[in-house]
Amino acid sequence: MRSAIQIIEPGLFTTIQDRGRYGFQRFGVPVSGAMDQFALRAANLLVGNDENAAALEMTVIGPTLQIDADVVIAVTGADLSPMLDGSPLPRWEAVHAPAGGRLSFHGMQDGIRAYLAVAGGIDVPEVMDSRSTYVKAGFGGLDGRPLARGDALDTFAPPGQPREMPDGFMPPAYGEDHSVRVILGPQDHAFDNDAVNTLLGSTFTVSLDSDRMGYRLDGPKVAHQSSPDIVSEGNAPGAVQVSGDGAPTVLMADRGTTGGYTKIAAVITADLGQLAQAVPGETVRFTAVSIDEAHAALAEREALLAAIHGPEPPAPKPVAVIIDGEAIEVVDADGEPMTTTDGRSSAHRATATLEGMAYSFGVEVRVEEAE
Amino acid sequence: MYDEPVFRPAGDQAVLVEFGDEISPETNSRVHRLAHAIEGDVPGVVDLVPAYDSLLIQYDASALPLPELQKRIVELDSTPGEAASEMGRVVELPVLYGGVYGPDLERVSECSGLAANEVVRLHSGTDYLVYMLGFTPGFPYLGGLNDALATPRLATPRLEIPAGSVGIAESQTGVYPLSSPGGWNLIGRTPLSLFDPTRQPPSMLSPGDRVRFVPLDGPDEYESMTER
Repeated sequence: MRSAIQIIEPGLFTTIQDRGRYGFQRFGVPVSGAMDQFALRAANLLVGNDENAAALEMTVIGPTLQIDADVVIAVTGADLSPMLDGSPLPRWEAVHAPAGGRLSFHGMQDGIRAYLAVAGGIDVPEVMDSRSTYVKAGFGGLDGRPLARGDALDTFAPPGQPREMPDGFMPPAYGEDHSVRVILGPQDHAFDNDAVNTLLGSTFTVSLDSDRMGYRLDGPKVAHQSSPDIVSEGNAPGAVQVSGDGAPTVLMADRGTTGGYTKIAAVITADLGQLAQAVPGETVRFTAVSIDEAHAALAEREALLAAIHGPEPPAPKPVAVIIDGEAIEVVDADGEPMTTTDGRSSAHRATATLEGMAYSFGVEVRVEEAE
Repeated sequence: MYDEPVFRPAGDQAVLVEFGDEISPETNSRVHRLAHAIEGDVPGVVDLVPAYDSLLIQYDASALPLPELQKRIVELDSTPGEAASEMGRVVELPVLYGGVYGPDLERVSECSGLAANEVVRLHSGTDYLVYMLGFTPGFPYLGGLNDALATPRLATPRLEIPAGSVGIAESQTGVYPLSSPGGWNLIGRTPLSLFDPTRQPPSMLSPGDRVRFVPLDGPDEYESMTER
């Protein structure tokens, strides 16, 4: 453990978040965690962390940080104009920040929430298995509150090497008009077709009344067929709740675990981060999709995260022995097909079966550069 | 209560399993039974939120296909499990009724036409079912309040209610685990801490438990038991 970062200025609302607090919703404890999960996970993977490591979520106005030890950092999510020692800091990229450096943010350009991951992850105690800050009840993160001037943060030892986004990755451009996909339900039956058409056919404006708990949307009223109230039930992430006044609210990371308002739809996981980047005053439109379409979009996201890679050795290749034009399978001492496990030249003891006879022999694998 | 659970989509990584459209101990016990059965037995389930007549299941769609999850739920729901009375514990909550601890005891007494000590006797003379927890960390939704004690909410909510306050609102009774604003009629306070994030589990009460309020004799006894 080492003191790595000092908070010179905290910014508007900077909290420590990981992927969230699961397993305690039955006790009424909200999940919390990063509002834009994709950005958090990418930032962590870029600096070589586990994707659930604790990072900073910075909102609207970023902090000014003094770096006290050589660290690898990555900034993802919104473009809050990060600068390292006076030079623009590339986003969605691992960067070595030398001791004595100063990281600062100079204005919101695109999106509202940026993430700063530090190699090793931020070292604060786990509360109910998570380091996420839940400000309303005052636990998690650093003493359950947003960061303040004079705070110092420690990090754990870096578990891995810096990585990079896959070739061809384009940093998300969040824009001002947010199109998000929803799945209708669980209470779409409490609304008639007109109300569903209002939800799907209108442009809503993100209210100033929006925060980590929920995004309240101004616009045409989404009218209930009868009562807006239901027997209280669990609130899913991204649920589009419609209260008695007909205004939809999308339930976000700090949502209450249960609620008694009808929910006409829920924003799909792949698009929830896009909505989390919407700034009050910007617009939101909803499109309905099937669960299969949502899962396909999710799989695409997961594949992108899985493709974040280090400067790794070439992928392992199977080893084959070819005698008289016939390939003979070669297995290692454990009976597993033999590969050039680390892409490097190596020597092994191996066996191969030929015409019913097992032959044991030494194999030297020589990796040669392709022409 | 429905014969078969009804599945309602709640986004692409959560499904709401509904057992009815009512508040009844029987339906609620089916919710808790299913939650216990799923616990640790269905890989890919990320979290469970039990409520009055439904269970919200959050799952990892990359690890667990929805049709498989639904199949498992139907199997587990139709497997006879423990009765609710065997699952939940009875938790005794000491309460000092009236005075500064329960400033609205008199109001409840006036509304019901019962003497204050009769209100206390009725309120502490029943076991209440913890249907669910929600609203704030550790807040129990209790069922079983005697109809005679139902009292309208305060016209003007209080800005701060001390943690541990026991209140009545309409036909509900409950305990505030953390200090918060609220419009319930406060009839007493418990010295015990219902929610502590550093405790394992953090909440004194679990869904399906039963709560028994035990009247305390006076402030000295209250102070000697204070956990906060």
